[in-house]
Amino acid sequence: MTAASEQGFVVFDRVQKSYDGETLVVKDLNLSIGKGEFLTMLGPSGSGKTTCLMMLAGFETATHGDILLDGKPINNIPPHKRGIGMVFQNYALFPHMTVAENLAFPLEVRNISRSDRESKVKHALDMVQMGDFGGRRPAQLSGGQQQRIALARALVFEPELVLMDEPLGALDKQLREHMQFEITNLAHQLGITTVYVTHDQTEALTMSDRVAVFDDGRIQQLAAPDELYEQPQNSFVAQFIGENNTMMGTVKEIKGDACIVQLDGGELIDAVPVNVSKPGERTLISIRPERVEFNKERLHEDAHTLKAEVLEFIYMGDIFRTRLKVAGNENFVIKTRNAPDQRRLKPGEQIEIGWLPQDCRALDA
Amino acid sequence: MSDGSDATNADGARRVSDSSDDGPVLAADGRPLKQSLQRALRRQKLRALGLIAPLLIFILVTFIAPIADMLFRSVENQIVSDTLPQTVQTLADWDPDSGELPGQEVFRDFYFDLAVAAQRKKHTQLGTRLNYELTGVSSLFRRSGRRIDDIGEVYMDQFEDLNAAWGEEMTWARLMGSEDWLQEQEAWNADAAAADEADRDFDRPLPAFEFGADVRAELPRTAAVFDEFAHYMRTDNQESVMEDEPWEVAYAALYEDLMANPDAAAAFSGENATILSEAADAVPKFQAVDYKAAILETEEGWSDPQVWATIQTFSPDYTTGYFLNAVDLQMTPDGIQAQPRDQQIYVLLFKRTLFMSLMIMGSCVVLGYPIAYLLSNLPLRESNMLMILVLLPFWTSLLVRTSAWKVLLQQQGVINDLLVWLGLVADDSRLVMINNQFGTIVAMTHILLPFMILPLYSVMKTIPPSYVRAAKSLGATNWTAFWRVYFPQSVPGIGAGCILVFILSIGYYITPELVGGTTGTFISNRIAYHISSSLNWGLAAALGSILLAVVLLLYWVYDKIVGIDNVSLG
Ligand SMILES: Nc1ncnc2c1ncn2[C@@H]1O[C@H](COP(=O)(O)OP(=O)(O)OP(=O)(O)O)[C@@H](O)[C@H]1O
Ligand SMILES: [Mg+2]
Repeated sequence: MTAASEQGFVVFDRVQKSYDGETLVVKDLNLSIGKGEFLTMLGPSGSGKTTCLMMLAGFETATHGDILLDGKPINNIPPHKRGIGMVFQNYALFPHMTVAENLAFPLEVRNISRSDRESKVKHALDMVQMGDFGGRRPAQLSGGQQQRIALARALVFEPELVLMDEPLGALDKQLREHMQFEITNLAHQLGITTVYVTHDQTEALTMSDRVAVFDDGRIQQLAAPDELYEQPQNSFVAQFIGENNTMMGTVKEIKGDACIVQLDGGELIDAVPVNVSKPGERTLISIRPERVEFNKERLHEDAHTLKAEVLEFIYMGDIFRTRLKVAGNENFVIKTRNAPDQRRLKPGEQIEIGWLPQDCRALDA
Repeated sequence: MSDGSDATNADGARRVSDSSDDGPVLAADGRPLKQSLQRALRRQKLRALGLIAPLLIFILVTFIAPIADMLFRSVENQIVSDTLPQTVQTLADWDPDSGELPGQEVFRDFYFDLAVAAQRKKHTQLGTRLNYELTGVSSLFRRSGRRIDDIGEVYMDQFEDLNAAWGEEMTWARLMGSEDWLQEQEAWNADAAAADEADRDFDRPLPAFEFGADVRAELPRTAAVFDEFAHYMRTDNQESVMEDEPWEVAYAALYEDLMANPDAAAAFSGENATILSEAADAVPKFQAVDYKAAILETEEGWSDPQVWATIQTFSPDYTTGYFLNAVDLQMTPDGIQAQPRDQQIYVLLFKRTLFMSLMIMGSCVVLGYPIAYLLSNLPLRESNMLMILVLLPFWTSLLVRTSAWKVLLQQQGVINDLLVWLGLVADDSRLVMINNQFGTIVAMTHILLPFMILPLYSVMKTIPPSYVRAAKSLGATNWTAFWRVYFPQSVPGIGAGCILVFILSIGYYITPELVGGTTGTFISNRIAYHISSSLNWGLAAALGSILLAVVLLLYWVYDKIVGIDNVSLG
């Protein structure tokens, strides 16, 4: 293994960025992306995702810090020499060229011979199943087709790194899911490193090897999708990814990888201490709706339980969504699978709920 | 259950097929659908028409109609046949190649036409018109017109010697007018006198003059002259023919009529018959006028057959003469020929106008493109500032701007002073930058630049920066990305700007007039000259028509090459 691949194929080293000299849009970004990895940058609007991508592509310069590509700093390399494929949010297909000309463009500027060009263009079009559309103008294609052409154009010159900035933002749900699948397939098939930007968390979770959650110009958590979902490192991630029930409390007692938290109403519950370290600290506890159990038989005998009142029952087909009032919180939601033996709760019913200690996480307040 | 649903389905199917069998589909009110749709659409169309009607009428009345009229003037030539109606007819038989002057009858008809025209002051206009074709004709008409009455006086004196009644207005009025008219006119006279007496306002219009029965048939020349006379009295003097004796030419006409038709008196009665038969008996003994000699005496120039050939050539109502003149050709009795070398200016002017308009257009593109690019790529605040600078010329008077260029460019001007001061130019060889083509191009480029920048800007504004970024990410250098990706998308803006600037400059007038000198003027300056100074409106109209045709042609060529859909004004 070379030093570069150990270190990561793409490395952001303490990168900062400011547009106006007053506020930092990207604050101290450290990120290392392995070769062939599919990494997604996920975050709310304005969190600096596009900015990071633009710095990598060379359209913005980092105010401070280094960006390394394959071990070499690229701060002073102009964009056209970086050899990075890029898919833009609006696709940016050149409207005055046909699809084939669009695809041939990167090959032409690289002085690749005409015959090679043609075969590569054809190959790329076949790859995205658009073989018959070479003669059309972009305006004559549907959104999904344009998207594929944009993808093919970013891949046709065989870059090792491809950047995609919300490439599926403009597509409808069904097409989006289909394209998610195709993009990940292609990326893995060709072994290219992909940096993907989205603010759709499902997209991030389903497509990526790792997800970097951005907020406020910082990476809040960088982890594989399952880890991100199940073990959020802080309250932002917990609330941003998926649905979560949160309650405020104070740490009562910490025993290794378990702790007891006293909620503000006085009730005691079990939790995993994530970023709390000593008793008496304020904490935000978070629990996924699908991990809440109200069937007493399935709970630990000595598990702490809470009293709850059913406020609302919503039938959603594959799942039931029930809103409860728990410890003064009227927006406590639980989700249960629609199984034959599943109980359907009725509004007004009084129940007791609990969970496995490892599913409940005590995070920063 | 399944039976029932089958039945309703069958029913429904039958109903649908019934209606299609029966003929047209009906609307809810029972009328055919097509008809009611058309009614509805017609109402919409009428409403739309009503909305645009005011503007349409305004444009038709104030713009289209005058332009159409102006264009019509480029071929219209009725002035010759209007002013010399009889001459034109008799002259048609004359062969200009014979080398001889036309015959006596042409001169006679010419005398009558010219005498009437001279009285109505139309002969100078005709002279001016024909002078475009043959220099000197204008003064011929003017001078002859002054002395033409001498000819008629010969007859007038003889008629008056014969019977003093011929010198009285009423004799003529009774001879020519109808009974009805005489009565009406006399009643009018009485009323007018009464009103005058009582110091009242009197504004009843004069009764229209009416010829007596047979007058036109028996005394055609006299009637023709008297008709003109009556018309002249009524419109120019607001008087009836009872107020003045007719022009001298009327006596000549009467002489000719009585010579041709000695029995004319038979058709008249009473006093009229008496006086006419007396005259008819006397005229053969009158001293006759040799019209040819008399006209040549008024002005020597009529002895040139070329003059008569020109009149003959331009006697049709419509002529291509103006258009020929507009392209430095002329219509001569011997066919179409080139103008004399020293009068060939229009083709040169057209070429110069096109060339300079292209130069102006080109320099506008070169200067405007970078500005428009900057405008559309700068942050909003800076681009607004720049936009104000671009628009500043718009808010300054055209004259001020043009005069400013005069100050800057003249030989003792700011730029020359600066160059001399810098030592780049010797004091005695200051650059000539104004009153020539250079001055016109500089000033007009400055004036028309906003018309290039604005369409360019509005097109560039719509080109997302992501295209250039995409091109660069695909490996294109800055130049390639610009040339292959950005530039083609800005072409519609260039097209729009070029059309605007070119069409504006091809018809520009004020600036070339002020800073163009002699070598930097446009065809439009010549058109203006003909409209306001030389009053050769026909030629001006022909030049304007050609200009319009050139613009339309270029527009068409542009549409073929670039496609007019590719023009975007934002
Ligand atoms: N060219 C620029 N000049 C000044 N500020 C900018 C510029 N581009 C982005 N910003 C600011 O930087 C911050 C981050 O922008 P960025 O485009 O990276 O967000 P993002 O995470 O991509 O958001 P989104 O999901 O909405 O695309 C925002 O607050 C934005 O206002
Ligand atoms: Mg973005």
